[in-house]
Amino acid sequence: MMIPACRLEDLPRGEAHRLDIDPPVSVFHTDDGELFAIDDTCTHQDASLADGWLEGCEVECPLHASKFDLRTGAVDAPPAKLPVRTHEVVVEDGMIHVRLSMDAPNLPPCISARLAGGPA
Amino acid sequence: MRTVAVVGASLAGLSAARSLRKQGYGGRLVVIGDELHRPYDRPPLSKEFLSGTLGEAELALESDDEDLQAEWLLGVRATGLDHARRVVRLGDGREVQADGVVIATGAAARTLPGSEGLAGVHTLRTLDDARALRDELTRGGRLVVIGGGFIGAEVASTAYALGLDVTVVEAAPTPLAGPLGETMGAIVSALHADHGVRLECGVGVKGLSGETRIDAVLLEDGRSIPADIVVVGVGARPNVEWLADSGIALDNGVKCGSDGRTSLAGVVAVGDCANWYDPRAGFHRRVEHWTGARERPDAAVATLLAGGAVEPGVPRPPYFWSDQYGVKIQFAGHAAGADSVTIEAGAADDRDVLAVYRRAGDPVAVLGMNQPRLFTRWRKQLAATAS
Repeated sequence: MMIPACRLEDLPRGEAHRLDIDPPVSVFHTDDGELFAIDDTCTHQDASLADGWLEGCEVECPLHASKFDLRTGAVDAPPAKLPVRTHEVVVEDGMIHVRLSMDAPNLPPCISARLAGGPA
Repeated sequence: MRTVAVVGASLAGLSAARSLRKQGYGGRLVVIGDELHRPYDRPPLSKEFLSGTLGEAELALESDDEDLQAEWLLGVRATGLDHARRVVRLGDGREVQADGVVIATGAAARTLPGSEGLAGVHTLRTLDDARALRDELTRGGRLVVIGGGFIGAEVASTAYALGLDVTVVEAAPTPLAGPLGETMGAIVSALHADHGVRLECGVGVKGLSGETRIDAVLLEDGRSIPADIVVVGVGARPNVEWLADSGIALDNGVKCGSDGRTSLAGVVAVGDCANWYDPRAGFHRRVEHWTGARERPDAAVATLLAGGAVEPGVPRPPYFWSDQYGVKIQFAGHAAGADSVTIEAGAADDRDVLAVYRRAGDPVAVLGMNQPRLFTRWRKQLAATAS
């Protein structure tokens, strides 16, 4: 599924744009001008990676400092242990789109419980 | 280097073992830990684990498929370091021969004199501590937390959410004034009163009352606070007694250079037990933050493997977080030495502030309460101006 995110000109380098879908997805525009989309929620706890520290092709969770590779979704070190999903980014006519991954997301326990209808 | 012994199997020790392998060390790796548990994450012990929302399996710091090719000696304490023989002595009489040593023995919770053997009195540092405290909290009752620091405040917050009647006693006039300064310490610790948790400041604890089990906390002003459970959160001391005869320089922990080196060749120290030199400040600082235990082993291991031939990079400003009463508190930098604090966003009354500490106009620290996005921006800026 392709979802429009935002206009490329509205997303400066070094910034991220969060799509408020469920689960949320964020598009990152690196300082080198590359675009990546990953699941926005850290796999450890409920934190928005769009609020995190973007450096090169990595984003560091704003809370507990696990770093995710924007290219692969891989996490470098604890406390997060599972990778985030990556999504394909397509730019057409100046508009950034995200083609959502069909894989199952790795959401933190609190969010998984909420999506399953349990207590948050 | 043929054998490296990592003494300490918590975050700093595990991070050192990982750094060793990541930096290409292929020799024998021995990790020694005094607890029986595999490395686990301590921050949730006062929060999600204590409240019961997070189980033990989720505390594991290692991933399922991780294999560091290490020998794990768990449940045994290191009792000595014989540098001349390059030997780490263990409590069960064994010795580990190692030409490289990473000291990561952490810190232990300080206790109150006279509290030994009194049931219902807890400290919180280890998984076993947290299990014992959680079991008592689930039975409910009146909790008195001695110490209004981060551990004490987090325990109070968790116990409040579990429905206990909670009082926090703090000897200083303002809790958290050390790490956060007076102004912001007062704002953060106002979270207690927001939730009906009593906060008694500026009064010391004279003693604990009870025959076999705690029944009250006695204050220096003569008052007595009835208690079914007491948590003593009055700081931690570095675990370095085992090094007393080693000849290593000790001063508020293991005295280290800005790259983790100690006074002994082939020995580095990381984590809560290590008192690293801060080149910007011009003095040593022992930093007890999770992020320090996680990040500094990289530099210390590079030092160990290179024999001290590498120039350490500029470390990031120290960062820590706390969760209290549903508020996410984040702090980076050093509050001590700041001459002003300004609230840049949000409002203190709404408990969603972003505050910047400055010294002679330059930012030296930043505090966020429920401001993760702005906080990250300021934290990046602090790191940029610091380097």
